[in-house]
Amino acid sequence: MTDRMTISLTVNGDAVSREVSVRMTLADFLRHELGLTGTHLGCEHGVCGACTILMNGRTARSCLTLAVQADGQSIDTVEGMADGDDLSPLQQAFIDQHGLQCGFCTPGMLATITELLNTNPDPTEHEVREWLSGNACRCTGYQGIVDAALAAAKTLQGKVP
Amino acid sequence: MKPPPFSYHRPDSVDEALGLLATLDDPKILAGGQSLMPMMNFRYVMPANLIDINRIDDLSRTENGGETLRIGAMVRQRDLEFSDLVKARCPLLHAALLNVGHVQTRNRGTIGGSLSHLDPAAELPAALMALDATLHVGSKRGTRDVAITDWSMGYMTPNLEMDEMLTAITIPLWPAGHGAGFVEFARRHGDFAMAGTAAMLALSPSGTIERVALAVTGVDIGPVRLHDAEAMLAGQTPSEALFADAAQTAGAVPGLDDVHASKAYRRKLAIVMTKRALAQALAQAQGGGDD
Repeated sequence: MTDRMTISLTVNGDAVSREVSVRMTLADFLRHELGLTGTHLGCEHGVCGACTILMNGRTARSCLTLAVQADGQSIDTVEGMADGDDLSPLQQAFIDQHGLQCGFCTPGMLATITELLNTNPDPTEHEVREWLSGNACRCTGYQGIVDAALAAAKTLQGKVP
Repeated sequence: MKPPPFSYHRPDSVDEALGLLATLDDPKILAGGQSLMPMMNFRYVMPANLIDINRIDDLSRTENGGETLRIGAMVRQRDLEFSDLVKARCPLLHAALLNVGHVQTRNRGTIGGSLSHLDPAAELPAALMALDATLHVGSKRGTRDVAITDWSMGYMTPNLEMDEMLTAITIPLWPAGHGAGFVEFARRHGDFAMAGTAAMLALSPSGTIERVALAVTGVDIGPVRLHDAEAMLAGQTPSEALFADAAQTAGAVPGLDDVHASKAYRRKLAIVMTKRALAQALAQAQGGGDD
C-alpha cells in the first residue's frame, strides 16, 4: 500500500527508473518526468487518441494507463521513430502526403499506423480508416493521413509509393 | 483531468486480491482501465484503494474444455479477437469483439472489465447472454456462479458484492457449423451502440432452424434476451419474411430515453439490427460455419 512507487521501464529502447506518484498517468510521466512532450494530451479520457503510444508493441491510451502500470514494460513514443535527423518512412509519408496540419494528433496517428503496418503490412484503405477511427484529427479531413499510411506501407514493402 | 489520490495495490494472486478487497476501505478493481480510468479522470469515481489485477496470471488464461470455453476475467479483448479458438468455436464472441471500442482500447480492455462495468450499450454482455454464459465470482467468503441472466441488477450495476470480484466466464459452446451475427448501430464506428443484436442459428440437415439465440444491447439498461423471437423462429424454415416477423418483437424491449437516442428510435433500430444479425447468422450457418 503506497502512494509513491519506483518504476523501471524501457522507453524508446532506453532503460529508465523513477519514483512516481501512483496516480500519475503514463502520459504525464512521459511528458513531465522524462520531458518527452511529443506525446500529446487532448481529451484525457480516452476518446481523442492524441496520447496513443505503443506498450509492448501494441497501442494504448497513455492517459488511461497509470505510470505504475508501465513498470517493467516497453514503451515506444514518437520520439523514438526517427533515426537522428532521418525521419522514418511513415513520418516522411506524412510530410509527402500532407498528413498533418497543426500536428497535435500526429503522434497518436503515427503510433496507431505503426501497429497497423506491423500487423498488416499491406492494408486496404478501408482497413486504414477502421484503425484510424480511434484517433481524432480536426484539421485534415483524414484523407492525407490515409494516403500517408498507404504510401508508407508501399515504401516499407520496397515498392515505389 | 487527473485521477484523485488513491493507494495503489498490485497483488500477484487471486487470493491476495480477494484479501485486499475484503479488508481495504472503499476498494476498486483496476483491470484494463478503459472505463474506470476515464471515470477517475472525470472524478465520477474516487476509490480510496485501487487494486490492480493486471499482474495476476491466473486471470489471463483461456481454457478449452471441449464443450465449454473458460475465459479469465483479465483476458484482453484484443487477445480474444485474435484467438483462433474463439473464432472457430465461438464466432459470436469474435463478431461482437470487433465492435468493442477501437483497436487502442481493445488492446487494454478486458472481458471481465466490460462485464463488471456493465455499460447498457456494451457488446460483450449481450453476446454472453445469447451464449448462456456463466460468470464465476470470488471473494474471501468463497466462490459462486452467476448465470448471465442474473448478472445485471440495474443501471451499470453487476451482481457483485463490495468484497467480490469477477474471476472468469464459462461459455457453453454450440456445435460446429452454427452461424453467428453481431450487428450494431452507432453514429461513429467504435462508439457505444444505440442498438445492437447478437444472433446465433443452428440449422438441421433439412435446413430448418434447430436452435436459435438472440439478445439485444443498447436498448434497455442491460442486455435483453429475445425469447419471443426465438420461439417464433424455432423449427421454422428460415426466410426473410420469417426473420422480419420475429424481429418485430425486438420493438417491445423496454427502451432507454437519453441524450443519444429516444426510446422509440432505439426500438426501431433494435428491429432492424435483429433482422440484419439473423441474416448474418444464417449466411454463416449456410456457409458451413466459415465467415
